[in-house]
Amino acid sequence: MAILAGRHTRLLVQGMGRMGQFHAKLSREYGTAVVAGVHPGKGGTTIEDVPIFETVGEAVRATGANASVVFVPPPGAADAILEAADASLELVCCITEGIPTLDMARAKRAMCSSPTRLVGPNCPGVVVPEQCRIGIMPAQITRPGPVGVVSRSGTLTYEAVDQLSRLGIGQSTCVGIGGDPVIGTNFVDALALFEADPETKAVVMIGEIGGSAEETAARFIRDHVTKPVAAFIAGQNAPAGKRMGHAGAIIAGGKGRAVDKIAALEAAGVAVARSPAEIGETLAKHAAGVL
Amino acid sequence: MNVHEYQAKALFRDFGVAVPDGELATTPAEAETAAKRLGVPVVVVKAQVHAGGRGKGGGIQLAKSPAEAKQRASEILGMTLVTHQTGPEGKLVRKVYVEAGSEIARELYLALTLDRASECFAVIASTAGGMDIEEVAAKTPERIHTELVDPLVGLQGYQIRKIARALELDAPQSGRLDAFLRGLYRLFVEKDASLVEINPLVVTQQGELFALDGKLNFDDNALYRHPDVAALRDPEEEDPRERAAKEIDLAYVGLDGDVGCMVNGAGLAMATLDMITVCGGRPANFLDAGGGADKAKVKEAFKLILRDPNVRAILVNIFGGIVRCDLIAEGVVAAAAELGVKVPLVVRLQGTNAAEGRKILADSKLDITPAETLREAAEKAVAAARGR
Repeated sequence: MAILAGRHTRLLVQGMGRMGQFHAKLSREYGTAVVAGVHPGKGGTTIEDVPIFETVGEAVRATGANASVVFVPPPGAADAILEAADASLELVCCITEGIPTLDMARAKRAMCSSPTRLVGPNCPGVVVPEQCRIGIMPAQITRPGPVGVVSRSGTLTYEAVDQLSRLGIGQSTCVGIGGDPVIGTNFVDALALFEADPETKAVVMIGEIGGSAEETAARFIRDHVTKPVAAFIAGQNAPAGKRMGHAGAIIAGGKGRAVDKIAALEAAGVAVARSPAEIGETLAKHAAGVL
Repeated sequence: MNVHEYQAKALFRDFGVAVPDGELATTPAEAETAAKRLGVPVVVVKAQVHAGGRGKGGGIQLAKSPAEAKQRASEILGMTLVTHQTGPEGKLVRKVYVEAGSEIARELYLALTLDRASECFAVIASTAGGMDIEEVAAKTPERIHTELVDPLVGLQGYQIRKIARALELDAPQSGRLDAFLRGLYRLFVEKDASLVEINPLVVTQQGELFALDGKLNFDDNALYRHPDVAALRDPEEEDPRERAAKEIDLAYVGLDGDVGCMVNGAGLAMATLDMITVCGGRPANFLDAGGGADKAKVKEAFKLILRDPNVRAILVNIFGGIVRCDLIAEGVVAAAAELGVKVPLVVRLQGTNAAEGRKILADSKLDITPAETLREAAEKAVAAARGR
């Protein structure tokens, strides 16, 4: 078991441009069942041995796809997410960076009654080590094991996973939830899934400045998570009022500071790494009893 | 993206949001003409810079005649305005807005933005206008009314009535608020604004409602569908390095240390700044080279980092996922050779094609210090910046 994906995942790729093709190939090489592509205008063709369809619905009927990864450029990305939800896929994972906030606010709201779970946008995707790769993560740095990893960042996720793997600690699932102001699956959703997953024994959570998702997660951990959680918050030295790359990473009006997030997490019993080089060690120490 | 007050007010007018009459001036003579045309006993001459707190810094002055408006404009134009939002270096004033004075009875506060926790839009209203709203929120939170608006349903009449009650408006004023708020909401949604803030929203002696100030921010990600909004950008108001970065699609924030950084990914870039600080150093910048980083982009990133004279060492930290380390390495070698980089260079490559990348660096015979882990890279860069 893992969360979100696994051997049962039959992946379709929305947006078979250069990026979509490249990562479809890598995912397939990793062992993921990449069963279809959707690229309006190219339906009926085959790209990288993947059959291409005009609509998600047709692709699902023909191939039994149950999850999708979106590489569609920003103007059409929210539309692609809603199309995946319309086809009742289990999971849609949106990699696209730069989607207008208004589009995402509406799409998120429209998905309230949908069975489809959204991960992202502006995220690196999901990896279940040795089973399934959805998105753009360098899956070769992962190894199977008992630690769930959830992160708002992309490359910092790789850093954390790499540290764990080097310590010989494997991962149950690595999830990047994305750095935008409006995202699908949030920390609380991922933590709840990890808590319920019998294979996950401990969790690493990587947050960053901006918003209050980490504070909300801290309250949830205090009340509902029995497994040990280690964390790191990026941006401890970020100046106020400046957007640090991610659309959501900004300290505004004295809110969203790293120091407050760290305090909230520590109060909830989370072991917070002070340096980004100590994420793996912090988890190893904190979860020594269960690993 | 930020715009000036005069640009925000022009948009307010287009959407039926009441503002006092006003005109832009770039010279004292233009200010005098504007004041004459307005034909009111009192005008206000307001510095147009992208920063709050202009009044306290002397950037907003009253004038009781066109001649006085000319005099005030000559004082404000060309001044370097320092406020709590400009930083100590201040901002040069190039334009003033000459606006008809209002007879103010009450000052209120009104804003519209995304509430991240609920993922809905929020109308924030307060009777404590003209003050720092963050201070109001901290000291007297009961004076702030927040109305969450479902982005699919839109702003409803009952919500406007609740806001009118919270603002303690009478019946005619509530009617004016209805038109005002509907216009504001339409502007927010149709132009992809990320923040509209009116502080103060004034009720005049005559019971009229006016936006006396107007702050308008737009979602950068949506500018592609609003060329009219994108055209309002004032490059003079942006940090020159951040502007240069934007033009080549890099995210850059200047800081005041001496270790220049080039990293892929915003989270790792922030963590790299944290690591440098943990190691006792001070980062010179945040730079996210993004997912599309290649040879040409690396070179541009180096140019940008080297524009900062304080930089005494450069740390390149790449964890390749979407980015290929071999392409980055080629870029680093080309940039180091072509730009004649004089400061020590520490490069850490991990992830996709890292081995190939490291080989390219080693084969280049350039003086590049390799590093394996994040900690090692930061330690070496901090030591190099200190001349050790």
